[in-house]
Amino acid sequence: MLCIVLWMLYRVNVSVLSTVDVLLKAVGDTPIMKTKKWSVDRGRTVQSLSQFIARFLKFDANEQLFIYVNQSFAPSPDQEVGILFDCFGSDGKLVLNYCKSQAWG
Amino acid sequence: MADDKDVLRDVWYGRIPACFTLHQDEVTEREAEPYYLLLPRVSYLTLVTDKVKKHFLKVMRAEDVEEMWFEYEGTPLKWHYPIGVLFDLHGSNSILPWSITVHFKNFPERDLLHCLSNSVIEAHFMSSIKEADALKHKSQVVNDMQKKDHKQLWMGLQNDKFDQFWAINRKLMEYSTEDGGFRYIPFRIYQTTGERPFIQKLFRPLSAEGAVHTLGDLLREMYPAAVPQEGEEKRLLVVIHGIEPLLETPVQWLSEHLSHPDNFLHICVVPTPSD
Repeated sequence: MLCIVLWMLYRVNVSVLSTVDVLLKAVGDTPIMKTKKWSVDRGRTVQSLSQFIARFLKFDANEQLFIYVNQSFAPSPDQEVGILFDCFGSDGKLVLNYCKSQAWG
Repeated sequence: MADDKDVLRDVWYGRIPACFTLHQDEVTEREAEPYYLLLPRVSYLTLVTDKVKKHFLKVMRAEDVEEMWFEYEGTPLKWHYPIGVLFDLHGSNSILPWSITVHFKNFPERDLLHCLSNSVIEAHFMSSIKEADALKHKSQVVNDMQKKDHKQLWMGLQNDKFDQFWAINRKLMEYSTEDGGFRYIPFRIYQTTGERPFIQKLFRPLSAEGAVHTLGDLLREMYPAAVPQEGEEKRLLVVIHGIEPLLETPVQWLSEHLSHPDNFLHICVVPTPSD
């Protein structure tokens, strides 16, 4: 029993350290998500996050999703969310814009 | 300074001799000869290997050909890292020419990004420049440029035109004398071991007191194991463009002169060769 409690405490601890807050904002006519703020694993890739958003918004398989940081650049699909948070986060969160068409080239 | 300008040229024209061999499992109609090529360090594998693809397609049937990808000693080579970074990271112990294996099937989805046209490379390259400028100038320089300037950066890289590229890129390297450098240095530190693909954090060219930050300062903060303690044996090499810069080199100078065309300073930390 003690082991389980310790294990759960450990898990909570690890998850607190290893996630970052991400604010997802829709651009243009892209559907918005009711929940905007998400706690995301630092090691999660942009590609995996983008697949999550597409599933959440029930996109068709042929619909594309573009993700931008600071309304300025599209991070590489294999870039980790934790790195983007460290370099481009502010006020304790990372703002990512998502849209169905290319917005900032 | 004339000699510093020469550094830009030397970096741009850095080449790696490579030998491309078709993987043994690929089905061919007759024997595939290896193909030799001088690879530009600052370019991307999928941008400079049209001839390699043509060469091997001559001996293959169209139905056996899927997306081309490359591997060195079992490691799939990421086309979206500059070629010089791939070599310093994976191949620097190899004898020359660097022996790269070519595949046309079993694309490793987990390791590589797809690259079905040069426009994918262009998008990746321009995004890297924009990300770097977000760190250097809060995106102000790259946003003030015109579309044709962006195109010129890309065309300069694609066609290996040093002057064409640098006519625009020099604007991305400017900073006011009172700042003494960029806002932050765009850098990535790669390692062969460890689960993270690379380290990238915020790092200023000057300390709060105005002292110049050096490569040694950067490593001590981001990757302390790469800087040997006094009396300790050197176990790791810190490599940029195939050389080991002095740890006393200011990071601002490195960022201006040894960055890749994508405006990032790519630093490889590799084990010292054991022989």
